[in-house]
Amino acid sequence: MNDALYTTLNLGPTHPATHGIFQNVLTMDGERIIDTEQTIGYIHRAFEKIAERRPYYQVTTLTDRLNYCSSPINNIGWQMTVEKLLGVKTTHRIDYMRIILMELARITDHLVCNSVIGVDSGALTGFVYLFQERERVYEIYEQLCGARLTTNIGRIGGFERDFSPEVIKMIYAFTDRLPKILHQFEQLLMRNRIFMDRTINVGPISAERAINYGFSGPNLRAAGVDYDVRVTSPYSSYDDFDFTIPVGTNGDTYDRFCVRQEEVWQSLKLIRNALDNLPEGKHYVDVPEFYLPPKEEVYDKMEALIWHFKIVMGEIGAPAGEVYHSVEAGNGELGFYLVSDGGRTPYRLHFRRPCFIYYQALPEMIRGGVLSDAILTMSSMNVIAGELDA
Amino acid sequence: MDNAFITGKLKTRFTDGIISTDETSDMLTVVVSKEVIHDVIFFLKENQSLGFTFLTTLCGIHYPEQKLPLGVVYHLHRFEGNEKIRIKTFLPLKNPVIPTVTDLFSAADWMERETYDFYGIIFEGHPNLKRILNVEYMDYFPMRKEYPLEDQTRHDKDDRFFGR
Amino acid sequence: MVNAGYIKVDPPDGYSSPGLFATTFDKVIGLARKNSIWPLPFATSCCGIEFMATMGAHYDLGRFGAERLSFSPRQADLLMVMGTIAKKMAPVVQQVYVQMAEPRWVMAVGACAASGGIFDTYSVLQGIDLVVPVDVYVPGCPPRPEQIIDGFMKVQELVGKEPLRRRYSEEYKELLKSYGIF
Repeated sequence: MNDALYTTLNLGPTHPATHGIFQNVLTMDGERIIDTEQTIGYIHRAFEKIAERRPYYQVTTLTDRLNYCSSPINNIGWQMTVEKLLGVKTTHRIDYMRIILMELARITDHLVCNSVIGVDSGALTGFVYLFQERERVYEIYEQLCGARLTTNIGRIGGFERDFSPEVIKMIYAFTDRLPKILHQFEQLLMRNRIFMDRTINVGPISAERAINYGFSGPNLRAAGVDYDVRVTSPYSSYDDFDFTIPVGTNGDTYDRFCVRQEEVWQSLKLIRNALDNLPEGKHYVDVPEFYLPPKEEVYDKMEALIWHFKIVMGEIGAPAGEVYHSVEAGNGELGFYLVSDGGRTPYRLHFRRPCFIYYQALPEMIRGGVLSDAILTMSSMNVIAGELDA
Repeated sequence: MDNAFITGKLKTRFTDGIISTDETSDMLTVVVSKEVIHDVIFFLKENQSLGFTFLTTLCGIHYPEQKLPLGVVYHLHRFEGNEKIRIKTFLPLKNPVIPTVTDLFSAADWMERETYDFYGIIFEGHPNLKRILNVEYMDYFPMRKEYPLEDQTRHDKDDRFFGR
Repeated sequence: MVNAGYIKVDPPDGYSSPGLFATTFDKVIGLARKNSIWPLPFATSCCGIEFMATMGAHYDLGRFGAERLSFSPRQADLLMVMGTIAKKMAPVVQQVYVQMAEPRWVMAVGACAASGGIFDTYSVLQGIDLVVPVDVYVPGCPPRPEQIIDGFMKVQELVGKEPLRRRYSEEYKELLKSYGIF
């Protein structure tokens, strides 16, 4: 290899087209990419170390900041991991409420990703359309928990508060309104000649390589593997619902776009279904060791006050043991490997971050392609820096 | 495929290499010696009747009190029957060397670099074993239990207010 | 103040009579600068997503004359650091700051950029003011778009009032020197 023939191009760590903080040093032959060297870790925040020093309920705030485009999935995934360790069974109402929130989060995640694919291929309009709709989801979160992005939603054993009639109305309104916008968005891009030319056969990966690289989520499904944690290991009563798992064929950028787009439709269907069939009941189960007692009781009941104090100070240990629990997050299988030694904090908590695992396949996917296609490949993989570096 | 079948298969193939098996947690957990770890993973992946082709995750763990304090935990997944298996192996603190599995799973590349970065476990045969998340000049392995979480360069914190 | 589709800003203090308006250079230039700030979004994490919402149609930072994002530091006036800055990233922030032309302002958006936030860990820089001088801090984890806009208006206020000679002053040079920027 004659180095003098090639140009070295530095993409990142801060670059408008990478949508995150990671560096690629590309070796270029004219417009063609010969190779790339990736550097990550520019936003490493030591989540796994922090988690070893925080009581179980405080880890939820950390999970918010993993994939911040779909925080509720991370929050609820973590709470379900702790529930699995404790052996707590949640009721159908809690499960359905969780499904509604997780699917809303999936929608926002996919909307961000797909609208950004549009931006990178030169179509800003779709971005503006979809971001307007995404605000509606944030308003729903806000009504539920007061926060927009880093929600810290839900508690171990259920939810902090029930869905108010207002929230249910807002979710219905959102699911009524989104299809129209989504159709418009699809009309702009889906069969658009320019968009198709820019994305078909760009950054493809075969199913075999994708599995070897540990792909999961929409990126794996775009390659034609129908692996979805919601179906293979149903959690939170996903097996009560009928929904389709879209798969692609080529594993290229267009397939990833279409798979995400179809997943949004399926999520909408799931939300409607869950909302229509929302069972009656309480929004939490009885886990006095981890679920805060009602505030009114804390003021005049001794026992409630003690529990409140113990929970807030994080004095309660979880049983010793180890569990692995995974949920289907926006980007794929988000796993929590939790080891407890019986103490008040996790002994070891490892996050299986889908981004971190599949982003290493990028050099293989963009090799031989042109630079502008590499940008599209990167944005269609939906690499979220927070999740990448933990 | 039930756990007894898998443990039976493993025990016939690697007699002394399998240190213990445990079915009490959420999935079959097998502790193997570090000499056979690569062969065990290879066997689980390539054997016709097993076929664990998906490396879910790989991470390190540190138990300072143990004789072999550093551990590596592998989670493998078999799509066909949706089975998962957890493989553990333990290493001494001094010179923790273990063969890499990057030749079997491309996904292991960064996972092993991360484990090296956090725990200082050296994966022999890894194509590019260097720090991935932390700065290159860092001279310790931060996830080991003896190192503090907090930023040691900070001076604005008054310990009296934190009960220390 | 919206009037027939354009935004009218109040004139600075000065003397006016028919056909005449007299004021100082500082004020006129400050007025022009503050209504056409080109921000450089240095978005690393969660706050960056809220910034995207701020730029979106719903909140629309364009109303403040800042819709022209400058991804090149050479042409930017305002460095908006949004999100956690790890120690690995700190030299990059400083380099971007150095590459910006004077006059330049810095806004630390979010708890992480301002102080390290909840991440008091070995790998996170405890506030970007350890590497670059900061003009406005916006609290929140992440701050709402309204807060980011509020912080931006605070920057506008600073920009509008800045004397022309400030960047040549000894104090300012000392300040930069304390950060190792020459």
